[in-house]
Amino acid sequence: MSEAIRFHFDVDGENFSSAGEASVTVKKKLRQLGYPPDIIRKVAIAMYEGEINMVIHAHGGDADVTVGEDEITIVLRDDGPGIPDVALAMQEGYSTAKDQIRALGFGAGMGLPNMKKNTDSLQIDTKVGAGTTVTMKVFL
Amino acid sequence: MTVNELAKSLSLTSLTGELPAREITGVYAGDLLSRAMGKIGEGNLWITIMTNKNVVAVAELGDPAAILFAEGAVPMPDALEAAKETGVPLLSSEKSTYELCLAIGRLLTGTP
Repeated sequence: MSEAIRFHFDVDGENFSSAGEASVTVKKKLRQLGYPPDIIRKVAIAMYEGEINMVIHAHGGDADVTVGEDEITIVLRDDGPGIPDVALAMQEGYSTAKDQIRALGFGAGMGLPNMKKNTDSLQIDTKVGAGTTVTMKVFL
Repeated sequence: MTVNELAKSLSLTSLTGELPAREITGVYAGDLLSRAMGKIGEGNLWITIMTNKNVVAVAELGDPAAILFAEGAVPMPDALEAAKETGVPLLSSEKSTYELCLAIGRLLTGTP
Protein backbone atom coordinates (compact mmCIF):
# COMPACT_ATOMS: atom_id res chain seq x y z
CA MET A 1 0.00 0.00 0.00
CA SER A 2 1.38 3.41 0.93
CA GLU A 3 5.11 4.10 0.93
CA ALA A 4 6.89 4.36 4.29
CA ILE A 5 7.73 7.91 5.33
CA ARG A 6 11.34 8.47 6.34
CA PHE A 7 13.08 11.19 8.31
CA HIS A 8 16.80 11.58 8.80
CA PHE A 9 18.54 13.79 11.34
CA ASP A 10 22.11 14.57 12.31
CA VAL A 11 22.31 14.89 16.07
CA ASP A 12 24.81 17.58 17.00
CA GLY A 13 26.96 16.36 19.88
CA GLU A 14 28.51 19.73 20.61
CA ASN A 15 25.38 21.65 21.40
CA PHE A 16 23.62 20.30 24.44
CA SER A 17 21.04 23.06 24.57
CA SER A 18 19.67 22.16 21.14
CA ALA A 19 19.40 18.45 22.02
CA GLY A 20 15.91 17.22 21.37
CA GLU A 21 15.32 19.11 18.16
CA ALA A 22 15.04 15.92 16.10
CA SER A 23 12.48 14.44 18.51
CA VAL A 24 10.43 17.60 18.59
CA THR A 25 10.47 17.70 14.77
CA VAL A 26 9.30 14.08 14.61
CA LYS A 27 6.55 14.83 17.10
CA LYS A 28 5.31 17.71 14.95
CA LYS A 29 5.44 15.63 11.75
CA LEU A 30 3.52 12.75 13.33
CA ARG A 31 0.94 15.19 14.60
CA GLN A 32 0.54 16.61 11.10
CA LEU A 33 0.15 13.08 9.79
CA GLY A 34 -2.68 12.55 12.25
CA TYR A 35 -1.27 9.79 14.48
CA PRO A 36 -2.91 9.26 17.89
CA PRO A 37 -1.47 11.36 20.73
CA ASP A 38 -0.41 8.33 22.81
CA ILE A 39 1.64 6.93 19.91
CA ILE A 40 3.23 10.33 19.26
CA ARG A 41 4.06 10.71 22.93
CA LYS A 42 5.76 7.30 23.12
CA VAL A 43 7.81 7.91 19.99
CA ALA A 44 8.80 11.42 21.05
CA ILE A 45 9.85 10.43 24.57
CA ALA A 46 11.80 7.34 23.48
CA MET A 47 13.56 9.27 20.74
CA TYR A 48 14.30 12.25 22.97
CA GLU A 49 15.93 10.02 25.58
CA GLY A 50 18.01 8.40 22.87
CA GLU A 51 18.98 11.74 21.42
CA ILE A 52 20.02 13.04 24.84
CA ASN A 53 22.06 9.88 25.42
CA MET A 54 23.90 10.40 22.14
CA VAL A 55 24.70 13.98 23.07
CA ILE A 56 25.74 13.18 26.65
CA HIS A 57 27.78 10.06 25.99
CA ALA A 58 28.67 9.79 22.32
CA HIS A 59 29.33 13.27 20.85
CA GLY A 60 26.18 13.00 18.76
CA GLY A 61 25.32 10.74 15.88
CA ASP A 62 22.42 10.34 13.52
CA ALA A 63 18.81 9.29 13.69
CA ASP A 64 16.46 7.66 11.20
CA VAL A 65 12.75 7.44 11.72
CA THR A 66 10.64 5.28 9.44
CA VAL A 67 6.89 5.51 9.61
CA GLY A 68 5.47 2.33 8.15
CA GLU A 69 2.00 0.93 7.94
CA ASP A 70 2.21 -1.16 11.13
CA GLU A 71 5.03 0.41 13.09
CA ILE A 72 7.27 3.41 13.61
CA THR A 73 10.95 2.53 13.72
CA ILE A 74 13.59 4.76 15.26
CA VAL A 75 17.25 3.96 14.63
CA LEU A 76 19.87 5.95 16.54
CA ARG A 77 23.49 5.47 15.55
CA ASP A 78 26.65 6.82 17.12
CA ASP A 79 30.35 6.07 17.09
CA GLY A 80 30.77 6.84 20.77
CA PRO A 81 32.40 4.78 23.51
CA GLY A 82 29.83 1.97 23.48
CA ILE A 83 28.05 0.51 26.53
CA PRO A 84 30.24 -1.96 28.47
CA ASP A 85 27.37 -3.53 30.44
CA VAL A 86 23.98 -3.16 28.79
CA ALA A 87 22.09 -4.96 31.58
CA LEU A 88 23.51 -2.51 34.11
CA ALA A 89 22.75 0.47 31.88
CA MET A 90 19.15 -0.71 31.59
CA GLN A 91 18.68 -0.46 35.36
CA GLU A 92 16.63 2.49 36.52
CA GLY A 93 18.83 4.96 38.36
CA TYR A 94 22.13 3.75 36.93
CA SER A 95 23.97 6.54 35.17
CA THR A 96 27.52 7.45 34.19
CA ALA A 97 26.60 11.04 33.34
CA LYS A 98 28.87 13.75 34.72
CA ASP A 99 27.81 16.23 37.41
CA GLN A 100 27.60 18.99 34.82
CA ILE A 101 24.91 17.00 32.98
CA ARG A 102 23.10 16.14 36.20
CA ALA A 103 22.96 19.83 37.07
CA LEU A 104 20.88 20.29 33.92
CA GLY A 105 18.29 17.80 35.13
CA PHE A 106 19.53 14.77 33.21
CA GLY A 107 21.61 11.75 34.16
CA ALA A 108 18.95 10.33 36.44
CA GLY A 109 19.45 6.88 35.00
CA MET A 110 16.04 6.97 33.38
CA GLY A 111 17.06 7.20 29.74
CA LEU A 112 17.20 3.56 28.64
CA PRO A 113 14.38 2.49 31.02
CA ASN A 114 12.20 5.25 29.55
CA MET A 115 13.08 4.09 26.05
CA LYS A 116 12.11 0.52 26.90
CA LYS A 117 8.92 1.59 28.64
CA ASN A 118 7.71 3.69 25.72
CA THR A 119 8.46 1.27 22.90
CA ASP A 120 7.26 -2.18 21.87
CA SER A 121 10.75 -3.34 21.02
CA LEU A 122 14.20 -2.06 21.90
CA GLN A 123 17.40 -3.49 20.50
CA ILE A 124 20.84 -2.28 21.50
CA ASP A 125 23.86 -3.19 19.39
CA THR A 126 26.95 -1.86 21.04
CA LYS A 127 30.69 -2.37 20.95
CA VAL A 128 33.06 -0.73 23.41
CA GLY A 129 35.21 1.79 21.59
CA ALA A 130 33.22 1.50 18.37
CA GLY A 131 29.73 2.82 19.01
CA THR A 132 26.13 2.00 19.65
CA THR A 133 23.06 1.49 17.48
CA VAL A 134 19.69 1.56 19.19
CA THR A 135 16.67 0.33 17.26
CA MET A 136 13.24 1.02 18.70
CA LYS A 137 9.82 0.14 17.37
CA VAL A 138 6.41 1.43 18.32
CA PHE A 139 3.57 -0.64 16.89
CA LEU A 140 0.64 1.18 15.39
CA MET B 1 -9.16 26.84 35.89
CA THR B 2 -7.24 28.38 33.02
CA VAL B 3 -3.64 29.58 32.86
CA ASN B 4 -4.55 33.26 32.87
CA GLU B 5 -7.00 32.81 35.77
CA LEU B 6 -4.40 30.96 37.80
CA ALA B 7 -1.77 33.62 37.14
CA LYS B 8 -4.17 36.29 38.32
CA SER B 9 -5.29 34.40 41.43
CA LEU B 10 -1.75 33.67 42.60
CA SER B 11 -0.14 36.89 41.31
CA LEU B 12 2.23 34.95 39.07
CA THR B 13 4.47 36.88 36.71
CA SER B 14 4.21 36.05 33.03
CA LEU B 15 7.57 35.92 31.27
CA THR B 16 6.08 35.41 27.84
CA GLY B 17 3.50 38.15 27.57
CA GLU B 18 -0.20 37.53 27.30
CA LEU B 19 -1.38 34.26 28.81
CA PRO B 20 -3.73 31.83 27.13
CA ALA B 21 -7.14 30.82 28.47
CA ARG B 22 -6.07 27.17 28.28
CA GLU B 23 -7.56 24.86 30.89
CA ILE B 24 -5.11 23.38 33.42
CA THR B 25 -5.69 19.64 33.56
CA GLY B 26 -3.43 18.95 36.53
CA VAL B 27 -0.04 19.75 38.03
CA TYR B 28 3.36 18.11 37.78
CA ALA B 29 6.09 19.34 40.09
CA GLY B 30 9.66 18.14 39.59
CA ASP B 31 13.07 18.99 38.24
CA LEU B 32 14.47 15.80 36.78
CA LEU B 33 13.84 16.25 33.11
CA SER B 34 13.89 12.52 32.35
CA ARG B 35 11.13 12.02 34.88
CA ALA B 36 9.23 15.09 33.87
CA MET B 37 9.00 14.26 30.18
CA GLY B 38 7.26 11.00 30.91
CA LYS B 39 5.05 12.32 33.67
CA ILE B 40 3.78 15.68 32.45
CA GLY B 41 0.28 15.18 31.19
CA GLU B 42 -1.16 17.19 28.35
CA GLY B 43 -2.41 20.51 29.67
CA ASN B 44 -0.66 20.15 33.04
CA LEU B 45 1.01 22.99 34.83
CA TRP B 46 4.68 22.07 35.28
CA ILE B 47 6.37 23.56 38.32
CA THR B 48 10.17 23.47 38.25
CA ILE B 49 13.30 25.33 39.25
CA MET B 50 15.30 24.15 36.22
CA THR B 51 16.00 27.04 33.91
CA ASN B 52 17.96 25.67 30.94
CA LYS B 53 16.74 25.47 27.38
CA ASN B 54 16.15 21.72 27.65
CA VAL B 55 13.16 22.50 29.87
CA VAL B 56 11.41 23.95 26.84
CA ALA B 57 12.21 20.88 24.71
CA VAL B 58 10.82 18.61 27.44
CA ALA B 59 7.76 20.83 27.58
CA GLU B 60 7.31 20.43 23.84
CA LEU B 61 7.18 16.67 24.32
CA GLY B 62 4.81 16.73 27.28
CA ASP B 63 2.68 19.65 26.09
CA PRO B 64 1.96 21.33 29.44
CA ALA B 65 -0.41 24.31 29.61
CA ALA B 66 2.41 26.37 31.13
CA ILE B 67 5.73 26.14 32.96
CA LEU B 68 5.89 27.80 36.36
CA PHE B 69 9.33 28.62 37.72
CA ALA B 70 9.33 28.43 41.51
CA GLU B 71 11.65 30.14 44.03
CA GLY B 72 12.15 33.06 41.68
CA ALA B 73 14.14 30.89 39.25
CA VAL B 74 14.80 32.81 36.06
CA PRO B 75 14.97 30.94 32.74
CA MET B 76 18.15 31.33 30.71
CA PRO B 77 17.87 33.75 27.78
CA ASP B 78 17.94 30.92 25.20
CA ALA B 79 15.20 29.10 27.11
CA LEU B 80 13.04 32.21 27.11
CA GLU B 81 13.62 32.66 23.40
CA ALA B 82 12.77 29.01 22.69
CA ALA B 83 9.59 29.29 24.74
CA LYS B 84 8.48 32.33 22.78
CA GLU B 85 9.14 30.47 19.54
CA THR B 86 7.27 27.34 20.57
CA GLY B 87 4.49 29.20 22.34
CA VAL B 88 4.71 27.52 25.75
CA PRO B 89 3.78 30.11 28.40
CA LEU B 90 6.33 30.74 31.16
CA LEU B 91 5.29 31.93 34.61
CA SER B 92 7.35 32.81 37.61
CA SER B 93 6.84 33.09 41.35
CA GLU B 94 9.01 33.76 44.41
CA LYS B 95 7.13 31.03 46.29
CA SER B 96 8.58 27.56 46.79
CA THR B 97 7.34 24.53 44.88
CA TYR B 98 5.57 23.32 48.02
CA GLU B 99 3.86 26.65 48.65
CA LEU B 100 2.74 26.82 45.04
CA CYS B 101 1.37 23.26 45.06
CA LEU B 102 -0.51 24.00 48.26
CA ALA B 103 -2.00 27.21 46.90
CA ILE B 104 -2.94 25.65 43.56
CA GLY B 105 -4.42 22.62 45.29
CA ARG B 106 -6.63 24.92 47.37
CA LEU B 107 -7.72 26.81 44.28
CA LEU B 108 -8.44 23.74 42.19
CA THR B 109 -10.34 21.91 44.91
CA GLY B 110 -12.07 25.01 46.27
CA THR B 111 -10.60 24.46 49.76
CA PRO B 112 -10.26 27.70 51.75
